[in-house]
Amino acid sequence: MSQLWEYAPAPESRDIANLKPAYKMFVDGEFVEGSGEPLKTINPGTEEVLAEVSTASPSDVDTAVKVARRAYDRVWGKMPGTERAKYIYRIARLIQERSRELAVLESLDNGKPIKESRDVDVPTAAAHFFYHAGWADKLSYAGYGPDPRPLGVAGQVIPWNFPLLMAAWKIAPALATGNTVVLKPAETTPLTALVLAEIIQQADLPPGVVNILPGAGDTGAALVGHADVDKVAFTGSTEVGKLIQSQLAGTGKKLTLELGGKAANIVFDDAPVDQAVEGIVNGIFFNQGHVCCAGSRLLLQESIAEEFLEKLRIRVSTLRVGDPLDKNTDVGAINSREQLTKIQELAAAGEAEGAERWTSACPLPDKGFYFAPTVFSGVSQAMRIAREEIFGPVLSVLTFRTPDEAVAKANNTPYGLSAGIWTDKGSRILWAAQKMRAGVVWANTFNRFDPTAPFGGYQESGFGREGGRAGLEAYLDV
Amino acid sequence: MWAIDTAISMVDLTTLEGADTAGKVRSLAAKARRPDPDRGEVPKVAAVCVYPDMVATAKAELEGTGVHVASVATAFPSGRSIMAVKLADTRYAVEQGADEIDMVIDRGAFLSGNYGAVFDEIRQVKEACGAAHLKVILETGELATYDNVRRASWLALLAGGDFIKTSTGKVAPAATLPVTHVMLQAVRDWHRQTGELRGVKPAGGIRSTKDAIKYLVAVHEVAGPEWLTADLFRFGASTLLNDLLMQRRTQLDGHYSGPDYVTVD
Repeated sequence: MSQLWEYAPAPESRDIANLKPAYKMFVDGEFVEGSGEPLKTINPGTEEVLAEVSTASPSDVDTAVKVARRAYDRVWGKMPGTERAKYIYRIARLIQERSRELAVLESLDNGKPIKESRDVDVPTAAAHFFYHAGWADKLSYAGYGPDPRPLGVAGQVIPWNFPLLMAAWKIAPALATGNTVVLKPAETTPLTALVLAEIIQQADLPPGVVNILPGAGDTGAALVGHADVDKVAFTGSTEVGKLIQSQLAGTGKKLTLELGGKAANIVFDDAPVDQAVEGIVNGIFFNQGHVCCAGSRLLLQESIAEEFLEKLRIRVSTLRVGDPLDKNTDVGAINSREQLTKIQELAAAGEAEGAERWTSACPLPDKGFYFAPTVFSGVSQAMRIAREEIFGPVLSVLTFRTPDEAVAKANNTPYGLSAGIWTDKGSRILWAAQKMRAGVVWANTFNRFDPTAPFGGYQESGFGREGGRAGLEAYLDV
Repeated sequence: MWAIDTAISMVDLTTLEGADTAGKVRSLAAKARRPDPDRGEVPKVAAVCVYPDMVATAKAELEGTGVHVASVATAFPSGRSIMAVKLADTRYAVEQGADEIDMVIDRGAFLSGNYGAVFDEIRQVKEACGAAHLKVILETGELATYDNVRRASWLALLAGGDFIKTSTGKVAPAATLPVTHVMLQAVRDWHRQTGELRGVKPAGGIRSTKDAIKYLVAVHEVAGPEWLTADLFRFGASTLLNDLLMQRRTQLDGHYSGPDYVTVD
């Protein structure tokens, strides 16, 4: 009888991804060969090579920026908002039409489970285009003066954790406000951004308005350092963010950075325990923990800590780790060997520093980059696993005695991107949310993303906001 | 098939109407013994649930068959009576031969925060039950919030209830999947803390095989596989059984049958 309850494999077909052997960069409305060294992108779930992708050299970057400047001067910068909206709306519709293809391709290239790319990444990407299409002709009412002007050419560099979604976060507001774009997707996950380029071509966007240049860090450096770029938007590590900030100092370019995080999830003793356990699991194991706003520190009130931890471990042990294309998979593959090594190194540091390690006994596939969900208890503020961003499925559990102690510990980090509060008491939510130094505070939920809500950080988590009315400011001359 | 047979074996076949007669109870008992007269291999249901004055009739029909006789008691369905009457009601049902007592809690006391009174009442009824199993009906439709359901569940478990049951069937909404989920969490937590296994019984509103299977999945996923037995999970239902039998036939025959091929009792 017990095998009656086993999950049968339910893999999504990889043919739906329409995978091609080679992908080219997208400049001036055409797919062209880059003059950089081509890169091979792999499927982190199996380690097989998916496709070869051409990359941009500094001279390609220069061409793309010139093209974007021309498109800005001649077409896009002058176009009325009502017209721009039509293009953006068309992109949104095309993302929806090709959503299944995009979801499968995203899971292949990134390693995230198909249920997540299908239910979160792709629909949210479309939602960002829909939302910003609505703003294009209403900028006069956004609170930035009667006729706010665009900045010009935006150079954008995005990370590998949400490849398509981050492209949408960056491109949609830039287009809505009348800027043109040169975007560099991450080295390990360029494919969905290039399918988005196909969609942009399908939508008949004027050539040069959006250009997509795959490449590694040097391509990104050439882009953000280009003299004719007016605006730089970067999402990625704090380390690289600092480099960009010092590179741009004194140039007058407008900059927004969305960097790392070490979010605290605070669970008070009156929180509904089972519901909170679900939220904590979602907060750290969603997208294999590759989320800058992941709830990677759990702060438990001491009176419920033991009971909570036990329930948490039982719940985590039911998470299914494996083939990203299987619809039953909860936790997919770590994006790269490099990232896997980093997670392993930090987890080892946690053990060495004396935290108690518990790792789910779930089976892992033989091939590919996988890391079993892990919970560290008995963690103290001084340990590396409480201070450094792990960016993997590893949760550090700390305890507190009073609300003030919880707030002090939660804020005791150089980061400040997100936070979570779990309590039945509304007044305590409001009190704690005000004390929290974080750009986003979730109450009795976690990892909710909506294009209408601004997202961004404090301190080493960066500055500037994306999404919502506040997010428009980053792309307007105000 | 396994799911359908398991669900059949968990049914508390129920008739709780003012119009109940000895004849009605006898025909229900016959159905309980042999749910599908054409197919002897169909499992018996778990129990027949009746009012106290019908217990003796049901007992006479079911003696020795393995089908339990359950009786509602404690001024069912409202619970609005004095303690002496409730206890007398319970003792009478047990004397008449009931194996299981389905009591209702005092929702008025619960909602006014008088949890102690609710607790004491369950305690006393449990004593009056003697060897009979006690199911505690929370009437979740009147408790209104999940927090209340959870609190009442815990109260009933602490006071010694062998089962916690959602509803009388006389109040809408009766059993729902989310409410049952909360109650399953309560018995699971009780098991983790004490090692004791206590049961859950959703009652009212579960009419189709598909619904029943959804509940079985919830039982497996929330409480655990050890709860997938009639000792720990029951369906309080009257119309559900016939749908289970029809779907069972569909599975075996490869085509749909119809309501004329199952008995209406």
